[in-house]
Amino acid sequence: MEISLTVNGDTQSADVEPRTLLVHFLRDQLGLTGTNIGCDTSSCGACTILVDGQSAKSCNLLAVQADGAEITTIEGLAGADGLHPMQQAFHESHALQCGYCTPGMVMASISLVEEYPNLDADGVREGLEGNLCRCTGYQNIVKAVLSVKK
Amino acid sequence: MIPAPVGYIRVDSTEAALAALGEHGDEAKILAGGQSLIPLMRFRLAAPSMLVDIAGITELSGISVVGDTVSIGAMTTHSALEHSGELAEACPLLAHVASVVGDPAIRHRGTLGGSLAHADPASDLPAAVLALGGTLVASGSNGSREIAATEFFTGFLESALGADEMLTGIKVPVSTGGWSYQKFNRRAQDWAIVGAMVAEGGAGVALVNMGATPLRASAVESALAGGASSVEAAASAAEGTEPSSDNNGDAAYRKHLAQVLTGRALRDAGME
Amino acid sequence: MTVTDNPTGGIIGQARLRKEDPALLTGEAKFMDDLVLPGALWVNCVRSPHAHATIDNIDTTAALAVEGVTAVYTGADLAEDWAGPLPCAWPVTDDMKSPDYWPVAQGKVCHVGDIVAVVVADSRYVAADGAEGVVVDYSLLPAVISIEDAESDQVVIHEGLGTNVSYEWPLIPDPEGVEAAFANATHHVTETYVHQRLIPAPMEPRGVAAVPAPHNGDMILYSSTQIPHILKVMAALTVGIPEHKMRVIAPAVGGGFGCKLGVYPEEILCLALAVRHGVPVRWTEGRTEAATATIQGRAQRQTIELAADENGKLLAVRATLLADMGAYFQLITPGVPLLGAFLFHGLYDVPLYSFTCKSVFTNLTPTDAYRGAGRPEATYAIERAMDVLALAVGVEPDEIRSLNFIPTEKFPYDSPAGLVFDSGDYQPALDRAKELINWEERRAEQAERQAAGSKMHLGLGISTYVEMCGLAPSRVLASLNYGAGGWESATVRILPTCKIQVVTGATPHGQGHETAWSMIVADRLGVDPDDVEVLHSDTAISPLGLDTYGSRSLSVGGTAIWMATERVVEKASLIAAHMLEANADDLELTNGVFNVKGTPGAEVPLAEVAFAAFTAHDLPEGLEPNLQAEVTWDPPNFTFPFGAHIALVEIDEETGEVEIIDYAAVDDCGNQVNPMIVEGQVHGGIVQGIGQALWEEAIYDEDGQCRSTNLGDYLVPSAAETIDMKLDYTVTPSPTNPLGVKGIGEAGTIASTPAVMNAVVDALRHLGVTEMAMPASPMRVRRSIENAQGGAV
Repeated sequence: MEISLTVNGDTQSADVEPRTLLVHFLRDQLGLTGTNIGCDTSSCGACTILVDGQSAKSCNLLAVQADGAEITTIEGLAGADGLHPMQQAFHESHALQCGYCTPGMVMASISLVEEYPNLDADGVREGLEGNLCRCTGYQNIVKAVLSVKK
Repeated sequence: MIPAPVGYIRVDSTEAALAALGEHGDEAKILAGGQSLIPLMRFRLAAPSMLVDIAGITELSGISVVGDTVSIGAMTTHSALEHSGELAEACPLLAHVASVVGDPAIRHRGTLGGSLAHADPASDLPAAVLALGGTLVASGSNGSREIAATEFFTGFLESALGADEMLTGIKVPVSTGGWSYQKFNRRAQDWAIVGAMVAEGGAGVALVNMGATPLRASAVESALAGGASSVEAAASAAEGTEPSSDNNGDAAYRKHLAQVLTGRALRDAGME
Repeated sequence: MTVTDNPTGGIIGQARLRKEDPALLTGEAKFMDDLVLPGALWVNCVRSPHAHATIDNIDTTAALAVEGVTAVYTGADLAEDWAGPLPCAWPVTDDMKSPDYWPVAQGKVCHVGDIVAVVVADSRYVAADGAEGVVVDYSLLPAVISIEDAESDQVVIHEGLGTNVSYEWPLIPDPEGVEAAFANATHHVTETYVHQRLIPAPMEPRGVAAVPAPHNGDMILYSSTQIPHILKVMAALTVGIPEHKMRVIAPAVGGGFGCKLGVYPEEILCLALAVRHGVPVRWTEGRTEAATATIQGRAQRQTIELAADENGKLLAVRATLLADMGAYFQLITPGVPLLGAFLFHGLYDVPLYSFTCKSVFTNLTPTDAYRGAGRPEATYAIERAMDVLALAVGVEPDEIRSLNFIPTEKFPYDSPAGLVFDSGDYQPALDRAKELINWEERRAEQAERQAAGSKMHLGLGISTYVEMCGLAPSRVLASLNYGAGGWESATVRILPTCKIQVVTGATPHGQGHETAWSMIVADRLGVDPDDVEVLHSDTAISPLGLDTYGSRSLSVGGTAIWMATERVVEKASLIAAHMLEANADDLELTNGVFNVKGTPGAEVPLAEVAFAAFTAHDLPEGLEPNLQAEVTWDPPNFTFPFGAHIALVEIDEETGEVEIIDYAAVDDCGNQVNPMIVEGQVHGGIVQGIGQALWEEAIYDEDGQCRSTNLGDYLVPSAAETIDMKLDYTVTPSPTNPLGVKGIGEAGTIASTPAVMNAVVDALRHLGVTEMAMPASPMRVRRSIENAQGGAV
């Protein structure tokens, strides 16, 4: 099936099998491998991207569902002027170790502070409930997100 | 985990969706937000031959309050419920329950109708609609009908919806009386091990994950109606329930939790 | 040996941001599944749904009929493809019983997840479709699930071995002495604890790709592994590919925690299939698949006995283990319990010691190293039991510990298990942890709540710990029958433009080696750490190495880098002396400049020396061109980090829910190269250990089916369940390496599990609860309260 969507500002048209998971479309067809796959059950959040500006788990969507959507992946954040403020905050707070959960965690965090501008530390923790990290113990992730929140 | 091959149709009207259902019969499945369906498809526990994607039916999204009735389109996302100022005023319980479903990313995609039609007894929203005494609106080849929430959930992941029907929306009464949702789980993202919901000052009490379907705790409701205290009423929360056993709780523990959580919900809702 | 107690250039010791981050933060880093391999075939493994069964028939017809499926193989089809079974590198005793473990099962399956057939197809989607079409007929055999059943031998899993018992391993230096001590003890504490099976669950599941060059015989194996170097040796032997034709590359690796310290069936399979098909063959593990296909951790029952005098002074410690190996041996399965064998007396001065481990096979996924591997288990036993002893003696848990700590003046300490603890000063860490947690105030608050009849109970739990890092020296490992050495190699190269290349045999998977190693080199050379590039994880670039596990990378690999840097400096100073017409002994290297001590102005920058070494136009007589040194460092001893952790929990009596409300950790890992990285390791370790205490368990039913196969059911904690922890450090340098470093990768995991469980029991003791199994789930806690109160309350 033909789909057309905007990914990181570029229009992409492609022919996909309806069963194709959005994450596989991004990774295997568009070569955007920054978005990772960590589970089968939408529990871990490693595949989190922005769909029309809001976080979504790209392993829990079919590519055909994203037809017409505006997608942002981790590759779409940093520009000529450097890292996105959330990426920079993760760097400065040592909020990543192995880095596998990081793209999803960063995307979820960007969406989180947009959706809930007044979060305290507990709110950040609750808001990141759907993104698992096995390395950091989360303390520095929370610190990073709080440093960016509006 | 990769879904089995599947067909896909996108429709932009309820009529077109119903036509597609009629054409493909039992092998077709409505795709709303997909947040419950796609994991099942990845495990090949669900392998429909045709998906009918109703995300393009714009009239199925939205919240309106007319008189004493709140009407909500089936494709309204959890996130939209959570952030609706109108809903927060007219039915704060429903807005709150939507805000504790899954995680933010799930709430952005998951829909009220999808959650109700999936009819998972461990889900939060079905019990809320039940506690509120809501009505579900279904469309089928023979037109549209209203189904009381109490009649809607017929079994584990089973509802009163016919194979040729789809859920288009719900109606709940405006409800601003004392309310509470006590969701108990081990991790924030998990399904409730047990949840207890109180609506409208105890007029509606419902339980999450205490049986094959979401349940009204009718013994609690009648005890309250008879003037019982929250403690007395909560003691009968598990009456008539047949909860399942799993990693997180056996039936006896669930029954115990139902009592504890119902008591807390009643007190949180302002009852003595 | 001289310990560099305040190394020098001002870079070591800085909380420097990581150079690894930009690639990881932008999606630029390439993990295993990110690799683009044109023409690759995809493998999907058909796995046994049964724990124990014979394979009667495999019908591949339907699978082969799927368009895009290239081939389907059974165990019988591939039986000639192996030069040997999957390797176990740690035959702990000479008479250890070890079953053959084949990449694809032959004739019978021994655990759910055992591979019975492989589907090879032109895409991952089609491979999955093909796997659906493979029909396997099984005859079920009774499954051996519990270690007690295994020990009974009523059903023997590997008939050829005649028993499920693999080995018994005793360490009892003075048996009569131990008996006498228990006979004469005033207090004899006997406790039995069970370490549930844990699923390591790094966020990146495993993945493999084998890329052949059929005409010249080269083979590149990409794997999400912690051990490319060991894997190269073992895979070459197992598949029969000459080692010099094999190159192993670990791309960016998304965490390991021990479970990527293996030689797995899928690695060997992809190699064999790449040989067969002559094109790249790849496999990516799914999360649910990982629950049965990747090793699990812990899984042992421990009985610990303490003999103490009337004051609570320990006289002897006796530990008896029954350990679950799972269905087969993975790479170091049998050795994991023995990594704790020396530490069941903890950091206490005990004259007499007895340790015995019996290990058995079960019809469950093989076990192997999981973060801490043996040391968390040992620490758990002694630290839980010390609380029981404190109660028996009638003192506080901190007092019983202080009474028994190895006195600082006894270091280096000859342990009763035969080790030499390098350095330690235990009391300050405990004192500081008590201060951070506000011990006295919290005790008072706990008592107030109890007096008021509150149903929200507070509990305080201490765990002190000492562990052993840096798995070395090689000759000690030989005495344990370990199949490899304990050394690590490093090369330091100063390039003509004075940029630096470091080549290390350590293999990072999240630890921040590139940052830390750059700092070590930059500190000594006086260059910017950003001018140092660290090369690793590719056996063609870094041919010598023993990889990353056991908190060894800094104390062994980092030391090798420090020493190689020293050696390069020595050579550079000869050239500098030649250029300055001075004596090399009179030179010092400060901030990247060689200068003659006491002669201002007589100096030459390292950069000029580097270029002179490159042009080689005018070098001292007999000196080779270029600035490069390689060191292989085999340490004289393990290192012994230690610390004290205290958890404060609140338990809701009505639901049984345990909430961590405060946590203090004071760790001593010797000198710190990068305190920011140390802090990160401690944070993550603590949460992982709390995971074992409160949430995580690979749950099996009586048929051997895992009931926690995905991250919805296997409860890895999220940010919402965890808290900000209070951290501090003491610094007691190790005398066994010039950096004075010890290791911090596993400390958090070692200490936090017993701290939390001690807190849970402390919270409930006044209700009559005396013991709690892990994980302390709400239902289990609630049941314990009900039982202690004599029924439902």
